[in-house]
Amino acid sequence: MMPDLGKYAQAVLSSYAVSITLLVLLVGISVLRARKVRRELAETEQRVRRNG
Amino acid sequence: MVSIWEYANPKKFIETTDRLLPWFSALALLCLVVGLVWGFFFTPDDYKQGSTVKIIYLHVPSALMAINAWMMMLVASLIWIVRRHHVSALAARAAAPVGAMMTVIALATGAIWGQPMWGTWWAWDPRLTSFLILFLFYLGYMALWSAIENDDTAADLTSVLCIVGSVFAVLSRYAVNFWNQGLHQGASLSLDKEENVADVFYHPLLMSIAGFVLLFVALVFLRTQTEIRARRMRALVARERLQ
Repeated sequence: MMPDLGKYAQAVLSSYAVSITLLVLLVGISVLRARKVRRELAETEQRVRRNG
Repeated sequence: MVSIWEYANPKKFIETTDRLLPWFSALALLCLVVGLVWGFFFTPDDYKQGSTVKIIYLHVPSALMAINAWMMMLVASLIWIVRRHHVSALAARAAAPVGAMMTVIALATGAIWGQPMWGTWWAWDPRLTSFLILFLFYLGYMALWSAIENDDTAADLTSVLCIVGSVFAVLSRYAVNFWNQGLHQGASLSLDKEENVADVFYHPLLMSIAGFVLLFVALVFLRTQTEIRARRMRALVARERLQ
């Protein structure tokens, strides 16, 4: 299944490893921040409503 | 007919992108997986570059998105300057980290690819240098947004920076044609069949590019929603303090 990458195996595999790691990191950070801000906004809105 | 300016309303923008986000995310994942698996496992080696040609499925789409993310930010910034729609300024802010990450991927994969092909990780070649400057513009743009407390002032100043930086976004794209020197080759994708990559590499490359474009759109939707909510939160907290 794994293609024979020959003498360039390290270059090809490290390119994929670096890129996929960075993409996953970007998506992960974006999703986590989205959830955090959504939760904090809900809490702030609730507090503002409560305090009039 | 629905006017595009309706989406300048933050509530309308969030409602619409909430509906679109799952579709864009799923399509992005599908295109990326198909493009990268197809390119990595089912394409042959290049007669000159050997198996390093497989890096093209990451390098070209990320470089393309690095430039186009800045162009999207330029359009959003111009809309902010002309029409003062907050959503457009926040969309530009939301796109910057995505574009910066695409630039890092393009620079990293380029260096890794360059080492075995050119015998060096880096050269002060016109395209590489203009790409590095574009990355520095991304960093400056994000730093400027963070450094200024007033959102409108930050949007004004970052919009001006974005207009200046767009020169380097264009240079990154056309540096090879302008200076006609350096190590970097010309465009991999071209309407001229002689210059275009061979069909066997072209189709998975197109799939991978589609994946990167869809991922960019999905991330910008999500991050713009976050910026809109963060801005509302700052406004509520400021109002609370005044009471």
